[in-house]
Amino acid sequence: MRQPKIIVVGGGLAGLMATIRVAEAGVPVDLFSIVPVKRSHSVCAQGGINAAKNQKGEGDTTAKHFDDTIYGGDFLANQPLVKRMCEAAPGIIDLLDRMGVMFNRTPEGLLDYRRFGGTLYHRTAFAGATTGQQLLYALDEQVRRHESEGKVKKYEGYTFLSAVIDHAGVCRGICAMDLRSTEVRTFAADAVIFCTGGIGAIFGRSTNSVVCTGSAQSALFQQGVDYANGEFIQVHPTAIPGEDKLRLMSESARGEGGRVWVPRNPRDSRPGKSIPDSERFYFLEEWYPKYGNLVPRDIATRAIHRIVYQDKLGLNGQAAVYLDVTHIPRETLDRKLEGILEIYQKFLGVDPREEPMKVFPAMHYTMGGIWVNGEDQATSIPGIYAAGECEYQYHGANRLGANSLVSCIFGGGIAGPAAAKYAKNLEKGAESTESSVFDRERKRQEEANQALISQDGSENIMAIWRELGETMTEHVTVTRVNKNLEGAYNKLLELQQRYRKVNLSDRSKWSNQTLNFARELGNMLLLARVITMGAHARNESRGAHYKPDFPNRDDANWLKTTRAKWANGDIQLTYEAVDISMIAPRPRRYDVAK
Amino acid sequence: MAEKQVIVKVKRQVSQQGAPYWEEFALNWRPSMNVIICLRDIAENPVTRDGKKTTPVSYDSNCLEEVCGSCAMLINGKARMACSALVDHLEQPIRLEPFSKFPVVRDLAVDRQFMFDSLRRVKAWIPIDGSYDLGEGPRMAPETQEKAYKLSTCISCGSCLEVCPQVTGTGPRDFIGAAIISQVRLFNMHPTGAMHAGERLQALMAPGGVQDCANAQNCVKACPKQIPLTESIADVNRQTWKQALLGWLIG
Repeated sequence: MRQPKIIVVGGGLAGLMATIRVAEAGVPVDLFSIVPVKRSHSVCAQGGINAAKNQKGEGDTTAKHFDDTIYGGDFLANQPLVKRMCEAAPGIIDLLDRMGVMFNRTPEGLLDYRRFGGTLYHRTAFAGATTGQQLLYALDEQVRRHESEGKVKKYEGYTFLSAVIDHAGVCRGICAMDLRSTEVRTFAADAVIFCTGGIGAIFGRSTNSVVCTGSAQSALFQQGVDYANGEFIQVHPTAIPGEDKLRLMSESARGEGGRVWVPRNPRDSRPGKSIPDSERFYFLEEWYPKYGNLVPRDIATRAIHRIVYQDKLGLNGQAAVYLDVTHIPRETLDRKLEGILEIYQKFLGVDPREEPMKVFPAMHYTMGGIWVNGEDQATSIPGIYAAGECEYQYHGANRLGANSLVSCIFGGGIAGPAAAKYAKNLEKGAESTESSVFDRERKRQEEANQALISQDGSENIMAIWRELGETMTEHVTVTRVNKNLEGAYNKLLELQQRYRKVNLSDRSKWSNQTLNFARELGNMLLLARVITMGAHARNESRGAHYKPDFPNRDDANWLKTTRAKWANGDIQLTYEAVDISMIAPRPRRYDVAK
Repeated sequence: MAEKQVIVKVKRQVSQQGAPYWEEFALNWRPSMNVIICLRDIAENPVTRDGKKTTPVSYDSNCLEEVCGSCAMLINGKARMACSALVDHLEQPIRLEPFSKFPVVRDLAVDRQFMFDSLRRVKAWIPIDGSYDLGEGPRMAPETQEKAYKLSTCISCGSCLEVCPQVTGTGPRDFIGAAIISQVRLFNMHPTGAMHAGERLQALMAPGGVQDCANAQNCVKACPKQIPLTESIADVNRQTWKQALLGWLIG
């Protein structure tokens, strides 16, 4: 009787949820993560997690959550699974509650809910202003319990290099590098679930953590795992500028009443607090009377860019606007926003309770990702599943705040059982695959490492990375112009050429972070091309994808999913119809109720 | 006019077996610089102050905003996170050293597996029946949630173990440390977790448990999340006394 085995790559919310479900299905699971899973990027999520529990007497329903999500995504998402996600969300909150997440409570001892972007209902459950941390820790604790019962084996400090795919095109395991010993090893499994998160490093600076490179997605893409809607990149409107990171200032600040404004007079150099109300331009409130400061992120980001770059009203001529919470009662700030206010204070030395915060938009999230089949998170290669931010399924052209945490847990919760079922039903599992298949892949990866270590060129990986980030941030984020996208694409090709001549400043075989980053950079350059190519091809504006030369949404020609394939050593774009069977597309506006 | 410089001295080590050695770097000052930015500068141009080519410094980092616990190290002798250590608030030359209580992997990166193993020892989880739908969880008073939430912000950075005089090793009988004791308090506060408090307390009454705390109180001063660690230790101490008494009564 064969014993199936599953591998999960990535230990954030999606990966941990998948791991729990696989363990509960009685299948042994190996969990791979670059960092100890408790340190995954999910820990940075701040504001909250959505569910239509309707505990504020507003008449909220999962149907309304579904409509808000599809509308917020500008009708690009395939609808059936999004509906299931919204219907499952209340149960997910209940589960997290039972697991011990310390959500904020009402006087009756029930969970409290706040309002978030793109909706008029209070449906975001939260734990202070560090919700992602508490959710991640709860799942981390559950996995630790399964680990103590022998059901989960962790490989922390390993990075994914490539999938092991047999002659029939079926995945039979992975090839990974032990980051300490730099040893390359293969691991057999009947199915692999990828939960490898976001891609912020491709844009240089972002709200993402160091490990969010998209390297795994890119490696898989080069092995035939299709990538969808790559051009849909979310730029979060409010982040703290910084040289090393653009630190997120959560939407929940606005959810609790924070207001975005600039002085009406661009030459007003008084400290923010001293400028009287009548001399402040609360531009989101004036332009979008119904949703105000809680318009969806793409709307808010474009508004801030317009204020700074077009209307020239940025603070002191800089790329910054005010996010003001000084008027909110201290007690509310302490109970609901302390975590994020602490970040501002620690990194800038200014107390946001006294002075309005200075913020600016930052690359934050990718709606696009690995293509999955709309049913059970399976990708275009048998045996490979994907869940979480690294796949494209739930958010269409723009993601609503507090929907990511739901989609990661929901998607991981589907992928786990689906992969376990697939693994159990296989006639022949990975253990029947010839060892030569594994050896071949291992050799290929060892050679790639060796090539990088022995390369003797003149290029510096940090310099190439810097140029990659600058190019992508300038031309492939908020405002897209075809001429600039062409220039950016050519720049990426040039960077790929220069990458062939990098000279690593560290050739050691122990804990070589430079080698690892060099591997990631190669993959980042390719994924950047997929994103840029998709953006160039899509001649319309939809959700986060904005082209001033094509300023309207064009459903007749562009209501379709971009599906990128790797063929004959190059990127090929194909398109698929979107399942809009449940909600008919309508114009997307936030100045009035929808 | 010479550009303002930042001088950074790093205690390096090629691996756990290697002997430690110091290297000094001169970096260009910029506003709002933190220690992570200094380490990235070194990675971009790994040349010592006296012009010797060297390798980038190894260190752990991820979130860069003090919520993941990765970048803990000794900065001018103080246990703290590198990401929030602003250069302008540090005396120069800035001395960077790895935590001394954990095995060194390379340079500033250490192995803190001991902390995760300790969480297993004390069963730091709520033992739910399963992830299938069983309806809502138990109600909880807001005041309880506020206390418990604070405890739940522990990022397992290891600072409290680093500064504790009772932490002398990372073996199964060594002192488990303030962070873990505080986690036991957290799980014992939750209505479901409280049903299994005995198990957790038993683990803390074993060798390396709460009785090893000698009340130096360094931990609470070092915690980057300002968790009330000494309050947790006192609370858990009371709980273990009760547990010992009850155990005798039942047993």
